[in-house]
This record gives sequence, C-alpha cells and structure tokens, in this order.
Amino acid sequence: MSGLTGAYVPGDSLLHRLPAGVKLAGLAVSCTALLLLRGPAALAGAAAVVVLLYAVSGVGLAAAWAQVRPVRWFAVALFGVQLVFADLPTAASSTLRVVLAVALAGLVTLTTRTGAVMAALERCLAPARFAGLDPFRLSLLLSLTLRSVPVIADLVTRVREAQRARGVERSPRAFAVPLVVGALRHADALGEALAARGLDD
Amino acid sequence: MIRLEDVHVRLGQREVLRGVTASLTERRVGVVGANGSGKSTLARLVNGLVLPTSGTVTVSGLDTRRHAARIRRGVGFLFTDPDAQIVMPTVAEDVAFSLRRKGLRREEVERRVREVLERYGLGEHADHPAHHLSGGQKQLLALCSVLVLEPEILVMDEPTTLLDLRHSRQVAALLRTLPQQVVVVTHDLPLLEDFDRVLVIDEGRIVADAEPAAAIAHYRKMMA
Repeated sequence: MSGLTGAYVPGDSLLHRLPAGVKLAGLAVSCTALLLLRGPAALAGAAAVVVLLYAVSGVGLAAAWAQVRPVRWFAVALFGVQLVFADLPTAASSTLRVVLAVALAGLVTLTTRTGAVMAALERCLAPARFAGLDPFRLSLLLSLTLRSVPVIADLVTRVREAQRARGVERSPRAFAVPLVVGALRHADALGEALAARGLDD
Repeated sequence: MIRLEDVHVRLGQREVLRGVTASLTERRVGVVGANGSGKSTLARLVNGLVLPTSGTVTVSGLDTRRHAARIRRGVGFLFTDPDAQIVMPTVAEDVAFSLRRKGLRREEVERRVREVLERYGLGEHADHPAHHLSGGQKQLLALCSVLVLEPEILVMDEPTTLLDLRHSRQVAALLRTLPQQVVVVTHDLPLLEDFDRVLVIDEGRIVADAEPAAAIAHYRKMMA
C-alpha cells in the first residue's frame, strides 16, 4: 500500500505504529526546537537524532534521499548567500536547520498512510464547528486539494508536451494560458461531478 | 421512466435542444449524434444538472425543476473524464464519499466499499492513490462510486471514449449485467448493438428513434 504521494514505505517500525496525530505534533515540536538550537554542536546532535530516526524507521537510503533531494539547490543557494552576508557557522547552521526540518517532515510522510493523516486532521478541525465552520467541508476542501495536485501535474505535463510539439517551449504565455484554462475547466467539471454526487442537495 | 416533453435548452446564445419529446422506458437506451448535437445536454437533463429553458423533464413522475435533489439520489451519472469525477485522494475513500450521508456505521460503509471494489476488480487497489490507476481503472472506480448507491437509473456520458479496447469491452459487458435502466450517450457504435432503443440527435432534435440496427444505419448515412 502506498500513501498519498506514493511515498509511503510500508513497515512495522515504532515510527510506523505511532498514531498520525502524535507524529504531526512531534514534527511541530521538533521543528520549533530546531529553530531554538544554538551552536554547531547542538545542531550536529540534532542531525544525529534525525539519522537515528531514519535508521529506526527502516525506510532505506533511497526513500530518505528522495525526501531531501527537492531542496538540494535551495540549500546550496541558502548556504552561499549566508556565507557572503554572514559567516561560516551561521551559514552552516541555518542550512542544516532547513534540511533537517525537511527530512523530519519527509519521515512523517514516509511512515504514515494518507487515511490516517486525514482522520487526524478531521479530529483537529472538529472545534471549527464552534466558529460556524463545517468540519466536513474543511476536510473535503483538503481532500480536493490533495486530489487536484496529481491532476494539475498531469495537465502541466500535457501543456509542456503540446508546447514542445509546436516549438514554443520558451514562451511563458504559451505555458500559462492553457494551464490556467485547463485548471478552470477541471474546476468546472469537478463542481458538476460534486453536484451529480449530491453534495449540495 | 424518463419523460421529456417539448424540451428546449438555451445555453447563452445557443439553442442546444429545440423541442425534444420522448418517453424512455426501455432498459438500455443509447443516444448518438455529432459533436455539438446536444446529446450531452440531453444526458444532463435526466439528473437535473441542466434544467430545460422550456418544456418539462420528469423522472419517475418527479419534475427535475422541483425535485432535482431527490432525482439525483435515484439517478447515477458517469462522466467521460474520470479524473473530474473522482474527488477523493484514494480509491476506497472515493467510494466511501458516496455513502457519507446514508447514516451507516463505519464497518458497514467499509463492507460495502470493499464489496463493490472487489466486484469490479479494484479490491487490491483500495488504499492506492487514485492517480496511480490506469485510465480504464479510473473509469471503473468512478462507476463503483456511482453503483455503490444502487441507483434506479444510470446515465453515462461517453463512458468509453477515453478507454482502450479491452476496457471498453469490459464496460460493455458490465452494462449487460446491470439491473438498472441505463441511458448511454456515445460515439462507440458497437457498444449499442444489443441495446433496446437508440436515439439519433442532430442540431438539437431527435431525427431517428428506433432499434439499434435501423438507428445506427440512419446515423451512418447522415454522417457520410
């Protein structure tokens, strides 16, 4: 079984068995702690803890790298800028903070099923009822957002292909216009489907 | 029983349907016509997604103008593009979404979801993200989400257009086994061969209404 992004790695480690709510709360606390940590020694300790957590989860090196990989250029740029405007220890610690936070968030994604995350969120959203918000609508909004990410990603691929086929891959307008039109059409179709499935009845 | 009486539909400046009258009582009804002939609009009239500008549409005796919500509970609708119809991130969640207001216990919801997914060969994909399914499997999922509600009437708008031959055949075979009344709008003429009745729509009017062989022959001559 895979998670929402297809990143979920099945397993039976301590991290897999923890409830989703505990993991999300733990993520919030540890990211705050990362911001408060001062000095290279403390951050090196944090890095060791993160590595240990990954080892405990047993997700494997490839899965771990796939979580951190998207921020690699951002990390390099951040390090460079900090090095110019501050000094080496500042550059190293702020870059390490970002990478560790991303790695921790990735670890939650890798060890938690989507259904469990959504259920935990719905429980967290329950008090919204007192503010006049419908928790069902809020969680529907989140679900629709999650569902739309791969649909829009497909649309981007199709628009890119059409651009290449017509030799206009450098034109931002030839990218943005069909993408926005396509996204709006999808929104219309989704609205119609929700009506057909009795959402507003 | 679906009854249309002198139905006109105007969308913006365009008169999409111009005086359609028909009583659909047969179990398998097909609708064919050129692009832009008004056949998709005709399908949407049946569950009240589109309301007539003039004339009336009644389903099991209920007017779609006044009882759209009640009619939609009895009329399932399958769209051409399953990506628009699947609203939840994972397969089982999408089917469960259909059952959300049935007031069923969670175990009962899970049982019905599992049952329908297994019947249509999606059992092992229950917890997969919907975007990991192939196009044909997505259309089956959309169908599962409709059929889990056991509608009395099923309306399909070009259900096989995006499918490969194997999946279109699977949908065609499935159509034969469904107990419901089924109205299918399509360009897939072989799908209609064993239907009870086929309507041919052209420029917003019914121009032929017969058993499949005669209606399809008329349609082919018209398109020649």
